[in-house]
Amino acid sequence: MSNSMIIGQYIPGDSFVHRLDPRSKIAIIFFFVIIVFFANSVMSYGLLALFAIGSAATSRIPLSYIMKGLKPVWFLVIFTFLLHLIVTKQGEVLVSILGWEIYEEGLIQGAAISLRFFLLIMVTSLLTFTTTPIEITDAIEELLGPLKKVNFPVHELALMMSISLRFIPTLMQETEKISKAQASRGVDFRTGSFKDRVKAVIPLLVPLFVSAFKRAEELAMAMEARGYQGGEGRTKLRELHLGKTDVYLYILFILLVIGLFLTRS
Amino acid sequence: MGNTQIEFRNVSFRYQEDMPWVLKDVSFTIYNNEWVAMIGHNGSGKSTIAKLMNGLLFPQEGEILVDGQPVTASTVWDIRRKVGMVFQNPDNQFVGTTVRDDVAFGMENHGMARDLMLERITESLEAVGMNGYERHEPHRLSGGQKQRVAIASVLAVSPQYIILDEATAMLDPKGRKEIMETIREVQSARDLSLITITHDLLEVTQADRVIVMNKGEIWMEGTPRELFAKKEQLIEIGLDTPFVSKLADELKDAGLPLTREPLNHQELLEELWTFHSTR
Repeated sequence: MSNSMIIGQYIPGDSFVHRLDPRSKIAIIFFFVIIVFFANSVMSYGLLALFAIGSAATSRIPLSYIMKGLKPVWFLVIFTFLLHLIVTKQGEVLVSILGWEIYEEGLIQGAAISLRFFLLIMVTSLLTFTTTPIEITDAIEELLGPLKKVNFPVHELALMMSISLRFIPTLMQETEKISKAQASRGVDFRTGSFKDRVKAVIPLLVPLFVSAFKRAEELAMAMEARGYQGGEGRTKLRELHLGKTDVYLYILFILLVIGLFLTRS
Repeated sequence: MGNTQIEFRNVSFRYQEDMPWVLKDVSFTIYNNEWVAMIGHNGSGKSTIAKLMNGLLFPQEGEILVDGQPVTASTVWDIRRKVGMVFQNPDNQFVGTTVRDDVAFGMENHGMARDLMLERITESLEAVGMNGYERHEPHRLSGGQKQRVAIASVLAVSPQYIILDEATAMLDPKGRKEIMETIREVQSARDLSLITITHDLLEVTQADRVIVMNKGEIWMEGTPRELFAKKEQLIEIGLDTPFVSKLADELKDAGLPLTREPLNHQELLEELWTFHSTR
């Protein structure tokens, strides 16, 4: 287990993107995900790519991090690209390899879908790179606020998320402690067959769960002792502020949407 | 003393109908601006008393009054604002993701305005010597630091009573010393009563008054000095006496006429040099 207990992928910084209200970021990404599917011409894809690359550049997140963020989806991208290449049978035949004919349309569609994937991953990972998990939690609580009217437990959900975030490092430390304690009693986590190693995890998980439940109980009591009685009548220390930068972002995004619909074919 | 006090009137408590009584007909009063230490062996009922004061539990018999107001389900939220509580485990009472969020938690619950919260956060972190740690996450703090934050979070709501329920039990000696110093400073600087629950007799020496619990009953109530005079009986009910106290006994046995029961090294030292110079 590593000592650097960074939760999520947040990279501290003070860029334009960092300073944006997390609500704005989530909303814009939500709409970006939708409009990506409206792009159908080279120009429209170009505009979207410009927006994504532009935001990545202003966030000053090193390119290597963004590439790392793309890593888990490479397989998916290549797979869908090949699928389109093979399945689509429209347009001119470009080449024929071992009896398989690659059509022009297949190449175009494959490329377009891959590009969409890249754009989506890039923009969403920018959110987690530039926003702390707690900011995201606050933003979600605010954005889901209207659902309180239909008795959706928005506050409770947000509290659950923030408590989970707070306890991740604690439970990680605990896991490390228990695994050392069990290793000293002869539990072997590293060698043996897959089945043996899975079995070795049980003496790790059982004490971890027992202690997590005990913690939960004590935490609940401590919260009650400090006057916690649900979201009703509660004030908040952490506040979200919509600033000028957010307005710029909205204008930019509206321009992007207009541009996109003008350049569609 | 007016109405600012916690009063237990013939309180009995048990966790379940078929279980033995944890507290049997307990009565005592904690006055304004007082530091009361509550000691006792495991299972003596001392932690139950803490939870009763805060309305985390309710007694089956008898009555508990905080500032003249009985602790019931309807008054419990007022009571919890007046009676702050610090628990044993530093990790399991840290609610916020950072120090300032945790200090704010209680204030948020009581619906305080944000400006006031910011003010109180600075104030109470200063009181426990944790200013500058506002943005720190709990896993970057030591046990003693976490407990100081817990004290700060209680102070932020400005209660009249603070209960420390074995708040130093899980700390190393250094952390323990830190916390004891912190609460001493806090108590002298602010207008509040302290109730420390412990089984460490060393902590008791600093209190104004001691209540010793044994098997759910009050075994003794008095000053620390009075308490340590009853060494043999203390050992009988399973409590150990501090080193200084034991040393004083040995010295007496060896023929040194000590005039009073020393509570700490300083007092014993004074006894010794006055004895030495008057000989």
